[in-house]
Amino acid sequence: MTMFEAILLTIITASTPLLIGAIGQLVCERSGVLNLGMEGMMIMGAACGFAAAILSGNSYVGVLAAILAGMAMSLIFAILTLGLAANQVASGLALSIFGLGLSGVIGAPFVGAKRDQMAKLDLPVLTDIPVIGKALFGQDPFVYASFALVIGVWWFLARTKAGLVVRACGENHASAHALGYPVLKIRLLAILFGGGCAGLAGAYLSLVYTPFWSPGMTAGRGWIALAIVVFASWRPWRVLAGAYLFGGITILQLHAQGAGVKIPSQFMAALPYLVTILVLVIIMSRRGGQQTAPASLGTPFVPDR
Amino acid sequence: MIRLVLTRRDDAPAWMALVSPLIAVALTLLSGAVMFALLGLDPLKALGVYFISPISDGWALQELAVKATPLILISVGLSLCYRSNNWNIGAEGQFVMGAIFGGWVAIATHGAANGPWVFPAMMLAGMLGGAALAMIPAILKTRLAVNEILTSLMLVYVAELLLDWLVRGPWRDPKGFNFPQSVMFDKDAQVMRLMADGRINLGTPIAIIVVVIAAIMMARTLKGFEIRLVGAAPRAARFAGFDEKRLTWTVFAISGALAGLAGIIEVSGTMGQLQPSVSPGYGFTAIIVAFLGRLNPIGCLIAAVVLAITFIGGENAQISLRLPLDVTRVFQGMLLFYVLACDAVLNYRITLVRTGGAAA
Repeated sequence: MTMFEAILLTIITASTPLLIGAIGQLVCERSGVLNLGMEGMMIMGAACGFAAAILSGNSYVGVLAAILAGMAMSLIFAILTLGLAANQVASGLALSIFGLGLSGVIGAPFVGAKRDQMAKLDLPVLTDIPVIGKALFGQDPFVYASFALVIGVWWFLARTKAGLVVRACGENHASAHALGYPVLKIRLLAILFGGGCAGLAGAYLSLVYTPFWSPGMTAGRGWIALAIVVFASWRPWRVLAGAYLFGGITILQLHAQGAGVKIPSQFMAALPYLVTILVLVIIMSRRGGQQTAPASLGTPFVPDR
Repeated sequence: MIRLVLTRRDDAPAWMALVSPLIAVALTLLSGAVMFALLGLDPLKALGVYFISPISDGWALQELAVKATPLILISVGLSLCYRSNNWNIGAEGQFVMGAIFGGWVAIATHGAANGPWVFPAMMLAGMLGGAALAMIPAILKTRLAVNEILTSLMLVYVAELLLDWLVRGPWRDPKGFNFPQSVMFDKDAQVMRLMADGRINLGTPIAIIVVVIAAIMMARTLKGFEIRLVGAAPRAARFAGFDEKRLTWTVFAISGALAGLAGIIEVSGTMGQLQPSVSPGYGFTAIIVAFLGRLNPIGCLIAAVVLAITFIGGENAQISLRLPLDVTRVFQGMLLFYVLACDAVLNYRITLVRTGGAAA
């Protein structure tokens, strides 16, 4: 395997969890809900997914458990922010703290447990094509799912009536309500979708990326996924670009460390976080203000009657 | 079918503002009992370890004060931010930066003939460090409308990595057997202990003074009014001629400085040296403290004691019940959920409405 091919493959693995998490969050934010609990939902997906996969011996049971865990977490958030109109920022922070703690409790018996990485696709002939063969035809199911999600979300938001209604809730919930759309119910579904995606992203980390469980293993990826949505100015295809940009930076700094670049490893490790800030600065200075954000983002909706 | 209907109200009775955090604490204890039962422990015994053992004797109470001090300092600053709709969630990083800046003074004066001015200088440097880090999200927010939540959080990781590099690299104690830690601070560079044989130090009275100043500022000064008004009615504040951007800078600088102060007091008071990790998550826990204290300085003081109990209880439970420290975070997260849920009871009248099956 050539160096180039190795880097390409690791970039795909590093980017996939960011992509899955961010695309779910995008739908949530387009409906007008800012869920800062990404980190907590993602790590719960990682812990529950790994635990279920070990107990059942089946990776797909693990994946399912992770999605359900993410959705359950997001349901708590939905009850607080939709049912009780609580502050979305504070509720999301609570969800992150809660998830980081609970995942540690659930994962404690599984620290040190090992299992094989989930099987990758292997198509005879196609996978053996040099350079691009493994990248295109030799990935695990998550990678294909992540691309399917981007296409699906783009099609849903841009081409279907239901997607238009979701966007209407995010732009102006009072108008959507006046037109007779059930704003809270739509937002509930969007939050659950975001939670399921976050759980799936977590499962990728503990079942494919590492593949083991260690406490705090998401290491800020949930927050970076949130930043990617801003970077993408809430557009699905740009989420794809953003996730691969961040995945690429993560991998390049790892390879630079491996190649013995004479920069302290801590500085390299700080790079993804610094780049996140830098990218946000560039995006915001180029387009002036948060005009592209859904107008009702982060504001609770209480129907008047 | 029964549905929950919220109706906005402006007439929440004053006593409810006091009772609702208490209800939140009670609900957290109840949920904690359920969690312990699920983990196969005797709920009453486990709750006793978490919440009674930290306040059972004089030594434990001193430890409580030591743990509550950073929480008080940070949460008072954060409550000013949150009151005015500035979401600084990077206090953990500002705490670390305070430890780095203040620690630098201690290391630079190490072994030299120095005097009682060293510790005040460290406190000043720590406040500067915390404020400097907090100003980055503040400036990016006011100049370019960059989301301060994300930038302040990203800087937490950066500050932690910077500290890690310093204590493993340039600041490592040359006589420390290669352990990743700095030299032990000189006596002048350590916070004065209040009792000869105790752990409680000058940091606690400093925190209480900060609470008093902040409480007076919020209730009695124009600045306090400005902070409350910008948060509650930004449009009215603009008409009144208050400069929202300058206020953002002010509250970020204050909260960063207080977090930095907490950082240097913690490092010089309880550790006596810099280590790769200087905080068990005070900066994040202080967010919960601020909300449990209803974004009020005196409320923060009381709430900090409650959260400090969970920290010490968590350590006790790790030893006596073999529970992971993460249980503490579960408690803290649940507490914030219930605090926020109880706030809804204050702001809205909640009624159950019976509706026909079709209408939904």
